[in-house]
Parts: sequence; C-alpha cells; structure tokens
Amino acid sequence: MSAWPRAAELGLIGCHVCGQVCGMTDADDGTLACPRCGSTLHRRKPAAYARCWALLIAAFLMYIPANILPIMRTASLGDIDDNTILSGVVELWVKGSPGLAVIVFCASIVVPMLKFLALGTLLISSRRGSSWARRQRTQLYRLVELIGYWSMLDVFVVALLTALVRFGYFSLVEPLPGVVFFGLTVVLTMFASMCFDPRLIWDGKEDSDD
Amino acid sequence: MDLSPPDATTDATAAQSLLICEHCDTVHRRCPLAKGELAECARCGAVLERCRGLGANTLLALILTALLVFAQATLWPIVTLGLNGQHVDATLWDVIHTMWTDHSQVVAVLAALTLFVFPLCKIFMLGWLLLYARSGRRAPGFRLLMVTLHRLGPWTMSEVFVLGALVSIVKAHLYFDVQPDPGIYAYAALMLLITIFAGVDLTRLWDETREESP
Ligand SMILES: [Zn+2]
Ligand SMILES: [Zn+2]
Repeated sequence: MSAWPRAAELGLIGCHVCGQVCGMTDADDGTLACPRCGSTLHRRKPAAYARCWALLIAAFLMYIPANILPIMRTASLGDIDDNTILSGVVELWVKGSPGLAVIVFCASIVVPMLKFLALGTLLISSRRGSSWARRQRTQLYRLVELIGYWSMLDVFVVALLTALVRFGYFSLVEPLPGVVFFGLTVVLTMFASMCFDPRLIWDGKEDSDD
Repeated sequence: MDLSPPDATTDATAAQSLLICEHCDTVHRRCPLAKGELAECARCGAVLERCRGLGANTLLALILTALLVFAQATLWPIVTLGLNGQHVDATLWDVIHTMWTDHSQVVAVLAALTLFVFPLCKIFMLGWLLLYARSGRRAPGFRLLMVTLHRLGPWTMSEVFVLGALVSIVKAHLYFDVQPDPGIYAYAALMLLITIFAGVDLTRLWDETREESP
C-alpha cells in the first residue's frame, strides 16, 4: 500500500485546465466534462503514446533537412555565403562571441536533441511500466516543457537579419528553406511534449524506491 | 487499496480541499499557503499551487504597463544598421512582412502568432479578468477566457525574440554599424514583466472569485 494515494485509485480525476477535483467511474473516461471549466476530463491524455510518437517522428523528419539545408544566405558585393545552423554557431564562436555561440548552440542543437532523446526515453520506459528513476523522469519532462520553445531563437535571428540587412548589392540576407524546416521542428516537438502524459510514468508497478 | 474514497467526491466544497498533481496523479490534501509560498508534490516534485505575493490591483497595474510596453515594442524600430552612410531599421512588423515576401510564409505566420497575436490576446484577457477579480468577481466570459489562457500556454515567445535580437545585433556588429533603437529597450522591459507573470499561478483565480448571482 502506498503512502500517497493516486487519483485513479480513489475514483477521482483532476481537471488539467483548472485543477478541479472531480469524482468519476471507469465508464466516464472521455465523456465527462469538468463542472467548473467545461473541459473534457481524461484519466490520461487520449492516445498519448500514438500521438506523441507520431509528432516526434514527424519532428525528426523535419529536423534532418533543418540541419542539412542552409538556413540563411548572405550576399555582399557578389559574394554568396550560405549558412547552416552549425556554421552560424561556428561563425559566432570564431568571430569573438563564444558566450553567445554557446547559447545559440544550446538553443538550436542541444535543446532539440534533448527533446528527441528525452521524449523517446520517456515513451519507451513508460510503455514498459518501468519504475526506474520515476521522479527524475518526471523532472526531465518538466525540463523539456520549460525550455522547448527557446529553440525558436535561430528562426527569429534569421528573420530579424533578413529584415535588417537590405543594402542591395552591398549586402543582403535571405532566408533559405532550412529555417522553415527548423521552425516546423520546434512546433512539432512542442506539440509532441504536450501530447505526452507524465502520469503514465507513474502508472506501472509500484517499486520499493517509492 | 484499503483507502476509502473521501466523501469529497460528491461534495463540491470538500473537493476544494484536495489537490491532484497533474504530473503523477497523486492526491494531496490542500494546505493554506502564505504569501509567496508554494506547495510541491511529495511524490514527483511538481508545483501544485503557488500563492502569489501580488494582489489583483498590483497585477492589473503590471498588465497595463505590459500593454503599453508591448505597444512600444511592436511599433518602434528595434535596431538600425548602417553601411556606407545607408541606414536600415526594422520593426516587428517589418520582420514579419519580409519573411512573408521572402518565401518563408511559415516563419512569418509563426512570428506573427507567437510574437504579436498571442501575447496581445494574453494581455487583454488577463487585464479583463483582473479588472473584475479586484473585487472578487468573475468577468463576463470568465470560463472561456481561463480555458483559452491555459491553452495559449507556451505559445508566446517574446522573451525568445529578445535573445534573438541580441544575437542578431552581435552578428550584424561584425559587418555594420549597429544602433539599438527604443524598441529593443521596450522589449527588455517586456521581458522583465513576463518574468514576473511567469511566477503567478492563475488557476487560483478560480478559487478567489465568485460567480455573481443572477
Ligand atoms: Zn476544469
Ligand atoms: Zn506529482
């Protein structure tokens, strides 16, 4: 018997939107609406595994061209230079802003990779009902939710530089398809992490570490 | 489990005395919080609820400031670049417009939504709710607005844009004369306000306000 009762064991359900505690039976799943805010109540988010996997895979498929294709073209005096995400980071580092290069590297490369690895790990381990490091895995999920949208950084940088660098023949910046793929990657990973239900982490067998 | 379900299930006021962790589904008994305190889930460490140190009046004043600052950040140019005596500046709308005309409509739409539409909606909705919450009342449309605010969640990205502007300035500085314009300061102020609001637990408005008797 566990020290902390879970809502499902007590026949209760918490509203995700407003936090209201409601009573329910097994038959109610997906048909009950929160009396306070009107949102549909789910014991667990519907089809969390399928939706999260689908979005994560779609995001990964977008992430490949986002990294291979250049995101930005700089043209000055007939000199054309195409930048990928990685070469943009290297340029910042070499040209004397290592601090900022690290920030951009984290936002554009570490955060998306972390999201893929973290959500993948969470999906697989929760599916198996693993009791390994449950608290840490929940914290990992919170981290993914918290930092996920900072990956948009590079997209905004390209947008801003494109709007600013308009000196015709002397200097011009253009966005290239890579930036569109990257933007889509970020949006899809954000949707993926929203579809995952962290309560699934705790749904397997209870273990002594609990 | 030999835990009997609390009689709370049917009683609405007793249901208020329970909290369910949205990250691990653990049921907690609610304790009154002092100002600035927060309740954490014993099992997974999630924040269950947070008692803001700021009253509705203060929050309303901050929201009005945010609206003002947001208008300035959006309307004023952010930076000016100079090259051979030529000068180019850009506002947020120039940024969105150039992306639209430069074959990156997806980016233009993303930027327009996350940097303009959603933040503006958030500010107006919060302002409206707080206007009534000052006297413990629920604004017309309270339910819809609270649900929409919840759904908007992470889709406002002004703070990411500020960092993006910083990176752009550093990159542009290598080749051009860069002059920061008032817009960037307005954005910095906006970022500060966003940080303050990030610590406010809005779901408490459900408990702190009463439906008006018809
Ligand atoms: Zn609700
Ligand atoms: Zn918890």
